[in-house]
Amino acid sequence: MAEPLAESRDVTRRFGAHVAVQRVSVAVQQGEVLGLLGANGAGKTTLLRMLLGLLPPSEGEVRLFGERPSFAGRRRIGYMPQGLGLYDDLTPMENLRFARAVYGVSRSAPHQALPEVAVGRLPLGVQRRVAFAQVLQHRPQLLVLDEPTSGVDPLMRARLWQEVRAAADGGAGVLITTHHMEEAEQCDRLVVMADAQVVAAGGLEDILAGEEMVLLDTPDWAAAMSLLEAKGLEPALVGRSLRLPAAAEEAARQALAGVDVRLRRAPATLEERFVELAAGRA
Amino acid sequence: MSWGLVGVTVRFGRTPALQSVDLELPAGEVRVVVGGDGAGKTTLLKAAAGALHPESGEVSRPAATRVGYLPASSGVYPDLSVAENLQFAAAAYGVAGEALRARRGMLLARAGLDRVERRLGSELSGGMRQKLGVIRAMLHRPDLLVLDEPTTGVDPMSRRDLWWLIAHAAAEGTAVLIATTYLDEAERASKLLLLDHGRALAAGTAEEVVQAMPGRLWTGDAKPADDAAGRAWRRGRRWRLWSPDGDAAPPQGWQAAAPDLQDAVTALLLGGELRPVEGGAA
Repeated sequence: MAEPLAESRDVTRRFGAHVAVQRVSVAVQQGEVLGLLGANGAGKTTLLRMLLGLLPPSEGEVRLFGERPSFAGRRRIGYMPQGLGLYDDLTPMENLRFARAVYGVSRSAPHQALPEVAVGRLPLGVQRRVAFAQVLQHRPQLLVLDEPTSGVDPLMRARLWQEVRAAADGGAGVLITTHHMEEAEQCDRLVVMADAQVVAAGGLEDILAGEEMVLLDTPDWAAAMSLLEAKGLEPALVGRSLRLPAAAEEAARQALAGVDVRLRRAPATLEERFVELAAGRA
Repeated sequence: MSWGLVGVTVRFGRTPALQSVDLELPAGEVRVVVGGDGAGKTTLLKAAAGALHPESGEVSRPAATRVGYLPASSGVYPDLSVAENLQFAAAAYGVAGEALRARRGMLLARAGLDRVERRLGSELSGGMRQKLGVIRAMLHRPDLLVLDEPTTGVDPMSRRDLWWLIAHAAAEGTAVLIATTYLDEAERASKLLLLDHGRALAAGTAEEVVQAMPGRLWTGDAKPADDAAGRAWRRGRRWRLWSPDGDAAPPQGWQAAAPDLQDAVTALLLGGELRPVEGGAA
């Protein structure tokens, strides 16, 4: 396998007594989309900043394009922060032109017609397309996208993902942070962080690890819910079914003794699995 | 008891924000409206909550004091503490006494906010702010609870707490209406409404919306030909290709795929985009 585009080797970062990232090793390879999942405060942003060379690790090593992070290396990165990184007072074209000047590249491909309005006055979905155009126009080898599709509709999300996948097909490595499980399922590999550490890594199937949920169908889900909660169980309502981790099945049967209820098993969703992994660390 | 909208149209100037939209909101059920930025979700929620009056159509809702409404801005006062925010809401809705104290304590504890009661609204994380906003809106056990994107940008742990609050309100007999851009949340509701440019593109259970997808869906590994690229999207490394006319056989190299909600919604939104072009050709 070729050398990773970005890599952390056993990296730890402390802020005073607080450990934000603890012994984390991740690597972004050419042509792959790597998803970084974690609750707020799990250490994702700190890890990202170290991988970008913006923050030195307390221990361990970060490699960017096979070297220590440097200013020259940053030109090969396209970074889209959560706030999109656009100038609200400039038009889309002015934003793109400015970024080209910063990166020292000439215009690569003609852009679709862009509105001649200040970016701050455009709908969120259009702003996101401009931000994507901006991070892609200097043909970065490493794309780093922090929650790239928050708040856009599924069609817009599908279009933005087409751009992400096209960049990966062209050989770029993509590192994405997301809270959004539909988006996580689009990634080739996932790294799940909780409480400053990696708690799971691999493909979707590896993360799901065959975990199951038990589904409870009953005519009166509200009554069943309060019976379960009285026994300390925390069912989730999905449609008109209640869902619990499969390990809670026996406790659920006991809590609902005498109630008209049908139990069945279903695979856990990524979000359910994530919550279990994260809660296991808390 | 059931609330809702029948044939509701809202215009801002000449721009139609909602076009003859129907939505039933039965007691004890969670309904989700899904769509992108500018689809009309906020306008629909405002109409349902009584915050704006439609140009035409019928809105049935409980008295204003029996509605709980969380605007997209979260409705939390930044300069008041968590406790003061709730006190303010309780006074506004005229609820007080031991029952309020018990309910308030239970909701705060379940949402993990009981330890931050003195913290100012401006000092809360995004997830905490949203949870406080939902508790504020449901503190008085409203008959109708209307929540505008309570989970956008919120991490999965807070999302779990928010959905517990939502299910709890429904279990108490409240009719709940939620706007979201996330399809996994649309699947958690008993029924969903897909909105685009102020029009209802589909409505019903998740299964019904999947069945409402016109045409056929194909899946393949190679990029589709140029003339079809506008009807294609990515799912991980694979492609999906939508034939709106429902050709019986797939193009060469493609196989039939069973659509899920994400595919169906993407196709329905694409269909909505293609429609004006068809009309223009006539």
